[in-house]
Amino acid sequence: MSENTLHYHFVVSGDDFTQAGTASSAVKKTLKQLGFDPRIVRKMAISLYEGEINMVIHGGGGEIDVFIDAEQIAAVLTDHGPGIPDIDLAMQEGWSTASEQVRGLGFGAGMGLPNMKKYADELLIDSEVGKGTTVRLTVFLSGK
Amino acid sequence: MKTKELCDKLGWELAFGCGDNEISGGIYCGDLLSIVMSRAPVGCLWVTIMGNVNAMAVASLTECACVVLAEGVSMDDETRAGAEKGDITVLRTDMPIFEASLAAARALGLA
Ligand SMILES: Nc1ncnc2c1ncn2[C@@H]1O[C@H](COP(=O)(O)OP(=O)(O)O)[C@@H](O)[C@H]1O
Ligand SMILES: [Mg+2]
Repeated sequence: MSENTLHYHFVVSGDDFTQAGTASSAVKKTLKQLGFDPRIVRKMAISLYEGEINMVIHGGGGEIDVFIDAEQIAAVLTDHGPGIPDIDLAMQEGWSTASEQVRGLGFGAGMGLPNMKKYADELLIDSEVGKGTTVRLTVFLSGK
Repeated sequence: MKTKELCDKLGWELAFGCGDNEISGGIYCGDLLSIVMSRAPVGCLWVTIMGNVNAMAVASLTECACVVLAEGVSMDDETRAGAEKGDITVLRTDMPIFEASLAAARALGLA
């Protein structure tokens, strides 16, 4: 990490659906204010929102760290929830373990991880069952 | 056309916001937030029955021109707070999603 890295930190509540998306909205606002290309802002906002929602509905909440430097915007989402037993399966469009209650709110389409893969330039998932999940989303500024 | 003008034209209710946004991204329908999130065009009229606070977050992140709540779906206080935070215009109609979208498409000269 260089000296010229901006860092933003967010705590995401695991039981408050009404607050879900707060961090993504704040990051989006910041990126806009910093003057990033709208396409870059959209890529980060969509993928981060999906990650944040997953932290709330599956991961029991956690923390988000966003790093911005001259080359990239990276978001690291860390939770200490149940973990993902089969990441390949979780990545499939339409696969979801979301509850009926969560589906009733409009989530649980099983499109979150596929959207993150589609919109971020890089998606890294590190998950251990019973320990938690760390997701790293990167958007490259030069366009990869 | 601005959302307020469309709202007046169709006799819908301006449920929240100033209605000052220009509709520049066509019309988009959907209720599953992840799908809307990835597909709704910037500046669109988003027609949905998902009148909750999370939908307001999606509206803000996708930068749609406004949300149309079809089927007479109403907004609770949480949803209003979300709309205020995201500076979202919300219109309401008793029409089902298809009829609402068709009426809007005609009014906008898209159909
Ligand atoms: N942070 C997480 N912790 C535990 N499980 C997760 C996490 N993120 C995703 N998953 C698992 O991966 C599945 C697919 O995720 P996603 O594509 O976002 O769809 P959805 O959230 O709509 O279920 C989830 O249903 C869940 O089983
Ligand atoms: Mg998800």
